[in-house]
Amino acid sequence: MLPAAREAWFAQAANLGNASSLHASGRATRRVVEESRESMAAQLGVRPSAIVFTSGGTEADNLAVKGLFWARRESSGASRILASAIEHHAVLDPVEWLASHQGADARWLRIDHVGRLRIDDLVEQLERSADVALCSVMWANNEIGTVQPVHEIADLCRSAGVPFHTDAVQALGHLPLDLTAVGADAVTISSHKVGGPFGVGALIVDPRAELTPVLHGGGQEREVRSGTLDAPAIAGFAVAVQHAVEGQRARAAHLVGLRERLVRGVLAGVPDAILNGDPGTLPSQRLPGNAHFSFPGCEGDLLLMLLDAAGIDCSTGSACTAGIPEPSHVLLAMGVDESLARASLRFSLGEASTEADVDAVIAALPAAVARARRAGSLAPQAG
Amino acid sequence: MRVVAAMSGGVDSSVAAARMVDAGHEVVGVHLALSRKPLSGGAGSKGCCTLDDARDARRVADMLGIPFYVWDLSERFADEVIEDFLEEYRQGRTPNPCMRCNERIKFSAVLDRAMAMDFDAIATGHYARIVDGAGGPELHRAVDPSKDQSYVLGVLSADQLRRTLLPLGADLKEDVRAEAASRGLLVARKPDSHDICFIPDGDTAGFLRRTLGEQPGDIVDAGSGAVVAGHDGSYAFTIGQRRGLNLRTPADDGSPRYVIDVDVQTRVVTVGAADLLDVDAVEGIRPIWAGPALDDLPRELSVQVRAHGAPVPCTAALVDGRVAARLAVPIRGLARGQAMVLYDGSRVVGSATVDSTRSVVPR
Repeated sequence: MLPAAREAWFAQAANLGNASSLHASGRATRRVVEESRESMAAQLGVRPSAIVFTSGGTEADNLAVKGLFWARRESSGASRILASAIEHHAVLDPVEWLASHQGADARWLRIDHVGRLRIDDLVEQLERSADVALCSVMWANNEIGTVQPVHEIADLCRSAGVPFHTDAVQALGHLPLDLTAVGADAVTISSHKVGGPFGVGALIVDPRAELTPVLHGGGQEREVRSGTLDAPAIAGFAVAVQHAVEGQRARAAHLVGLRERLVRGVLAGVPDAILNGDPGTLPSQRLPGNAHFSFPGCEGDLLLMLLDAAGIDCSTGSACTAGIPEPSHVLLAMGVDESLARASLRFSLGEASTEADVDAVIAALPAAVARARRAGSLAPQAG
Repeated sequence: MRVVAAMSGGVDSSVAAARMVDAGHEVVGVHLALSRKPLSGGAGSKGCCTLDDARDARRVADMLGIPFYVWDLSERFADEVIEDFLEEYRQGRTPNPCMRCNERIKFSAVLDRAMAMDFDAIATGHYARIVDGAGGPELHRAVDPSKDQSYVLGVLSADQLRRTLLPLGADLKEDVRAEAASRGLLVARKPDSHDICFIPDGDTAGFLRRTLGEQPGDIVDAGSGAVVAGHDGSYAFTIGQRRGLNLRTPADDGSPRYVIDVDVQTRVVTVGAADLLDVDAVEGIRPIWAGPALDDLPRELSVQVRAHGAPVPCTAALVDGRVAARLAVPIRGLARGQAMVLYDGSRVVGSATVDSTRSVVPR
């Protein structure tokens, strides 16, 4: 956690007042919450009342998808949901749940081979806009780093009168988030992804958007999200957002440089490695700190194990509850075949990453790939 | 050494892994995912295996401070163990899937992968001892006779034994449990597993009926030749089985009858008196040697045909690539497909798959 965020979090942890209470300690807590809200709103270019605090990105995504769907279906009868096939599970799974339990008609928007939304597909799906309850497309993909044309998507949705939600968890702090210019109806952000405390996030909701609550109760957060606010976490979150936004430009430049060094080194050391996602280097094309490769003939989990032993953390995507690595739904949606999808690794660079870290990966990777290929290619023995 | 500790999530493999760490090895815990279907833990919407076991293994690895990975061997397990199990039953034989798994998965696929990943050995929680002998590693019975698992490891070759560590072979099970408790391992009181892992309810006949379909046939009395009952699948019967036959007519002398033969071609299950089950010679195929191979000179050894059976003295030799054993004392109820493991004292010599038997009472 960022030291400044931790300090703010810790300082507020000593105060027991409930931000919903009227007594003095409650008022003191409420002041911290509201100042945090105002600080975040200023950083993000929205009105303070737009910010709805949640328990994190997952809850914010659920609130956006379910809340927009329920409200819109009630007001207009629309039951179609448009979402990209590469959304995070926090969007994918609520959409699928609404389809299987609530009669929603889920339409998965197609993406191209670099993982970018096919605008023509969206245009086609928006032709019958009266049937569409909402559209959800993430700002930037967490696995392959491809940045989506959110301005264009938001414009198309607005013209069609369709509420638009975007999950910007990955984008905050890495890309300029001009929320006023984009004009989405709902935007998800998360605290721990920008160095704030775990367990807090926010949905930034356009005041005109209609949203049915997911959590009912004491009526906090404009009656959209009931539940006592976690004031210490919110205080830390606000500090982290400030750091994320103020340092975004310098951070992106630093990370793009490191990422390009990594990409060059990996492709030189493992010539048949495939860089997934947008090969463009601009932050408008690809998340600055993201590099994602397929290593044909490798099992990603074996490669991960070997790199782990070499002190290098990377990620193969998601694992099921028993820990079996699953091929990434993002790569599958891009048309990558399953064996190549299983042969894939993501490297995420952060603010603290250095050229020496990148060079260590480049140095360790060729031998690890060769070894993982040998270990993975062991054919079943003849009976 | 760099050691892969195979961690099932049970008490034995957990203590084995802990001892490897204590011994100063560089240990990585590996849990084998052998099924993608949920066997326990219910909701498993993502289609995983034995969720509780995987979680237990991971928690133990966390406590030991070692890296932990799940290796997905479900496809190989389905191909080489479950499919083989079904095929053996289709052929009227009685396989031991745990031994098949040891031979093809745990000490083959996993061991090979560990070697390729630059590990030196694999450690498991089996109760058996590997002893350095003059001619290389020797596999011996465990000190705890009630837990001895040398039989199910009888399929390991000398080469596999050389790369295997069995830290529990000299211990009593109760001591291992006590050690798990004193180490604060959460699995200390977890019950032992006994079932075939892919048939968690223990209903092998039901599993075979569901998988292979109904194949009705007759149950015939060996003495009279009369049809005494029907059945809906000969694969549900094992040589020596007495219960669940539902015979309509009693034997002439009223004595109990047992399955003495299963013919998958005609689907005829033959039942008869207990003494028809006695065999005094057995031949096995596909021999695997834990050290030097048997030669064609007869040797005085002992043979064990069940995981918890008693060893029987025998004279054994290798004849035309088949392991032939003449038994000093008859064995009652021996099915084709069972493993016969040869011992020299406490040392495992090797194993073979029973292919034919000779009855004491001619039929």
